[in-house]
Amino acid sequence: MEHFPILSIITFLPLLGVLFILLTKGENADRNARNAALWVTVFTFLASLILWFSFDKTTADFQFVERAPWLGDNINYHMGVDGISILFVMLTTFIMPIVILTGWDVIKVRVKEYLIAFLLLETLMIGVFCALDMVLFYLFFEGGLIPMFLIIGVWGGKNRIYAAYKLFLYTLLGSVLMLLAMLYMYFQTGTTDIPTLMQYNFDVNAQTWLFLAFFASFAVKMPMWPVHTWLPDAHVQAPTAGSVILAGILLKMGGYGFLRFSLPMFPHASVELAWLIYSLSVIAIIYTSLVALMQQDMKKLIAYSSVAHMGFVTLGIFAFNTQGIEGAIMVMLAHGFVASALFLCVGVIYDRLHTREIDRYGGLVNIMPKYALVFMFFTMASVGLPGTGNFVGEILVLIGLFKVSIWTTFFAAFGLILGAAYMLWLYRKVVFGELVKEDLKTMLDMDKREILIFAPLVLFTLWMGIHPSTFMDFMHVSVENLITHHQAAVSVVVDTVTP
Amino acid sequence: MYQIIVFGPLLAAVIAGLFGKRLGDKGAQFVTCGALILSAFLSWVALFQVAFGHSVEHVTVMNWVSSGDLNFNWGFKIDSLTAVMLVVVNTVSCLVHIYSVGYMSHDPHKPRFMAYLSFFTFAMLMLVTADNFVQMFFGWEGVGLASYLLIGFWYKKPSACAAAIKAFIVNRVGDFGFALGIFTLFMVTGAVDFETVFAAIPQLEGQTIHFLWMDLDLITTICILLFIGAMGKSAQLGLHTWLPDAMEGPTPVSALIHAATMVTAGVFMVARCSPIFEYSPDALAFVALIGASTAIFAATIGTTQNDIKRVIAYSTCSQLGYMFFALGVSAYGAAIFHLFTHAFFKALLFLGSGSVIHAMSDEQDMRKMGGLRKKIPATFAMMTIGTLALTGFPFFAGYYSKDMIIEAAFASGSSMSGYAFAMGVLAALLTSFYSWRLIFMTFFGKSRASKSVQDHVHESGNWMMVPLYVLAAGAVGAGFLFKDYFVGHHYKDFWGHALFLKDAAHNVMEEAHHVPGWVMAAPFVVMVTGFLIAVYAYIIKPETPAAFSGTFRHLYNLFYNKWYVDEIYDFLFVNPAKKLGLFLWKKGDENIIDRYGPDGAAEGVMILARKFKALQSGYVYHYAFAMLIGIAAFVTWFVGGAS
Repeated sequence: MEHFPILSIITFLPLLGVLFILLTKGENADRNARNAALWVTVFTFLASLILWFSFDKTTADFQFVERAPWLGDNINYHMGVDGISILFVMLTTFIMPIVILTGWDVIKVRVKEYLIAFLLLETLMIGVFCALDMVLFYLFFEGGLIPMFLIIGVWGGKNRIYAAYKLFLYTLLGSVLMLLAMLYMYFQTGTTDIPTLMQYNFDVNAQTWLFLAFFASFAVKMPMWPVHTWLPDAHVQAPTAGSVILAGILLKMGGYGFLRFSLPMFPHASVELAWLIYSLSVIAIIYTSLVALMQQDMKKLIAYSSVAHMGFVTLGIFAFNTQGIEGAIMVMLAHGFVASALFLCVGVIYDRLHTREIDRYGGLVNIMPKYALVFMFFTMASVGLPGTGNFVGEILVLIGLFKVSIWTTFFAAFGLILGAAYMLWLYRKVVFGELVKEDLKTMLDMDKREILIFAPLVLFTLWMGIHPSTFMDFMHVSVENLITHHQAAVSVVVDTVTP
Repeated sequence: MYQIIVFGPLLAAVIAGLFGKRLGDKGAQFVTCGALILSAFLSWVALFQVAFGHSVEHVTVMNWVSSGDLNFNWGFKIDSLTAVMLVVVNTVSCLVHIYSVGYMSHDPHKPRFMAYLSFFTFAMLMLVTADNFVQMFFGWEGVGLASYLLIGFWYKKPSACAAAIKAFIVNRVGDFGFALGIFTLFMVTGAVDFETVFAAIPQLEGQTIHFLWMDLDLITTICILLFIGAMGKSAQLGLHTWLPDAMEGPTPVSALIHAATMVTAGVFMVARCSPIFEYSPDALAFVALIGASTAIFAATIGTTQNDIKRVIAYSTCSQLGYMFFALGVSAYGAAIFHLFTHAFFKALLFLGSGSVIHAMSDEQDMRKMGGLRKKIPATFAMMTIGTLALTGFPFFAGYYSKDMIIEAAFASGSSMSGYAFAMGVLAALLTSFYSWRLIFMTFFGKSRASKSVQDHVHESGNWMMVPLYVLAAGAVGAGFLFKDYFVGHHYKDFWGHALFLKDAAHNVMEEAHHVPGWVMAAPFVVMVTGFLIAVYAYIIKPETPAAFSGTFRHLYNLFYNKWYVDEIYDFLFVNPAKKLGLFLWKKGDENIIDRYGPDGAAEGVMILARKFKALQSGYVYHYAFAMLIGIAAFVTWFVGGAS
């Protein structure tokens, strides 16, 4: 390892925080633990800025690569980032301090364990986006579920066991199939190295099965219709910080998986099965938007809207062109900010009134004007108003998709109308109107901590919408490379099938 | 200079919006009004530079999005068309800002209101200065947001909230079409900036696109999709339902957004896209058809409404219809001319009605007004000027622009020519009738208000009256002064390349000057007729309307209930969407997916678990265990495979 192991440092820095927290003792233990967690996540973010500023945007190669022997001769500890994964690493390190602040004085029981779970989760999430070895990837990818499971199961709402169980069951199904596919790939190629596998041409028939196996895992993570029903329950039961992580980062692992595995490794199958993705995504967009329209629970509504947004992501990825894929990445990033912020918005009033029932609120603008402004901003961002990152992402996805399938675009665009309907309805019910309910009258507007949490999210949402090049410049070369490689692979297979 | 015009209002909006409390009401009003006065002044400078100085300005602010072969900037394109829009938007907006200082003087949220108004102006300016379709879309949705916020400004009223949401969603339906239009343009031309797209259109003539099981003419499809966007924004037949409800917002908002500027965005867009529409006679005919139908449709409803603002709202809808059928017969200059004059007299009417409402202690129902002419004479005079201009009384602004449209419709060779002409004349009759009906019900006869309201009636202060005088000057002079430039001899000099005509030798506006005498006389005759009917029905024999509505009850109900369009939409779209949503959630997610998915599996596991009681340590460990087994299996296989 000839250079500074920056990726490993970023990945495992949160574990250092875990160590600190374990060492805290005495009556101030909780406070010290919180401070430790916050500082560690901030440092991790600062460390990741080194990546951001020293990244070479002109090459599609993996950078900051680290490689060390791990298990036997063929499985290595192999880390690295390209123009796609670096954005997700940054998203993770950026969101984490916000997540820690979210639970600041809300979580009162088992504070240390709570913080440890989140720091562990951060390590695993960063690991997913950096891993360049399948075994390593699998370890991080599936390992992330344990802390998430605990966060819901221990600090969740009334029905937390059911929600945690549902999450577990769905994911188990996906991961078993993915594991089998990985085993098969290893026996075929003798390696678990991701960059090597990306160059390997799998047999056309095998590709279909491998694709479906990986698809099972990623579709659950996204989540896509009809394996989405774990998400609303998980969100509803999770504490606010858990929802933020779930919506902000964990959902993006599915999309990232499609980009890292499905497209480059099974190019032929992804083209063959694109119809399946299109249908499921379009169904997801319309179906979940309609369902969102009828929700009475704020978190459920936003959870369903997440499924609809993720529908745009899969559509963009499987458009197989620059606009589609870059748009999909932009939607994921923007959704990372906006959905996180929306769950935080719910959290703000949940912390005060301890209910997520939409009907229990109304007229909040009268006493919480700052809150009303922030909530309006993110409502509009979620609706995809131009000037926000969501717009850039969605318009790119739709433009890319339009070249491939006019029909699919036509139906997907319905989501934009329905999205406006349910979000504005939610906003009106909660924020507008006369303040009549007695228990609302004593609610306080957002305090400094809460404003501090939202400010960076507002800033980045606007930044992505007005000058997205800051972010998109990173991905151009890698996406171009992905598409070139994909097209070449598809044409090779076609040549051999029809000589 | 253009940066100041466009970003000045944005800056003012941000300052007034975020620091309104610290600045105080006066400070917020000063900042926003100041920015708008500056912008308005500079806009007139721009008009003289660009339109009279024959120059086209391009300003690139910065790159917005680049992705593969898709590239667009934040940038301005200032040609005559934009310059005219700048003048309209900024002048009216500036006057409305000043008027609002007086009108909102009793409202506790003045900084917020001023911030919204300035933000709206910014979005509208982005729309008209855009040099590409996506930036136009940015402004397009931005004004939609501002409109949503302003309609719902009095958020305590449920009706205002409902109207705000309705406006946003109906506009979204239009935007859906607009967006698909942009996608199609990008697909076939590989660009979204106006220059490249317009240059590429002639080569596309005759090509088809496969959609909805059939091959459609490519350019026609693009035009219709774009026009759906225009229909939403400009409240044309089918997507018009939001506009009357939008009157829930404060009156200055109705004047600025729902009369003078935002609703004309659709007209602007079609005029801007004239290099595309000109290549599709079918699309133009469709525009003319919708425009003419809206003109007559909205006018019929206008004759029966009792809310003073709703009458004017339907009148706006109807006048927008005029502008569209002018576009549809390729009389772009006439359409923009009417847009220009209409901005003055319709803003005047709205602000005048605001003055009436103010005087009547916030009463909007004309049945409770009457006899106000002596109590608020200045407002009465202003409203009368507005009405004369709207109905097209000779030498007032509307006389030049509206008659021009009707004549152009007659003169054009379009397939919709006859229909547009007939509907235009008929709608002019109704326009005259409902406009005078409004004046008579409000200002003539005996007062029908309660005693306490009557005692309170007072003329508005100078903050409100001065803008009215300025607009009245526009309503009188805008037509006479500018007709030669917009539609007359200086047509070509003035517009330059901003408005495109495929067949330049065949200028409809030119031919409109040579129509038969009876065609020229028709608008005037119907205008007088409408006036006389109104005089008869509301002054000479005030019992006529009741008798009429009694005799033709069904027709009256049809008009009064706005042709039941809202009810039909609820039945067709809103309720089914809700039912379907509930069905998918309860039956789809819970009864099918969960029941046969995780819950079913859970039951199975429970049964198993009862058999293997050893496994009761909690699910986390199950999972960790399963994963470890997975890894172990993997490693085993690996070791086995390696050796």
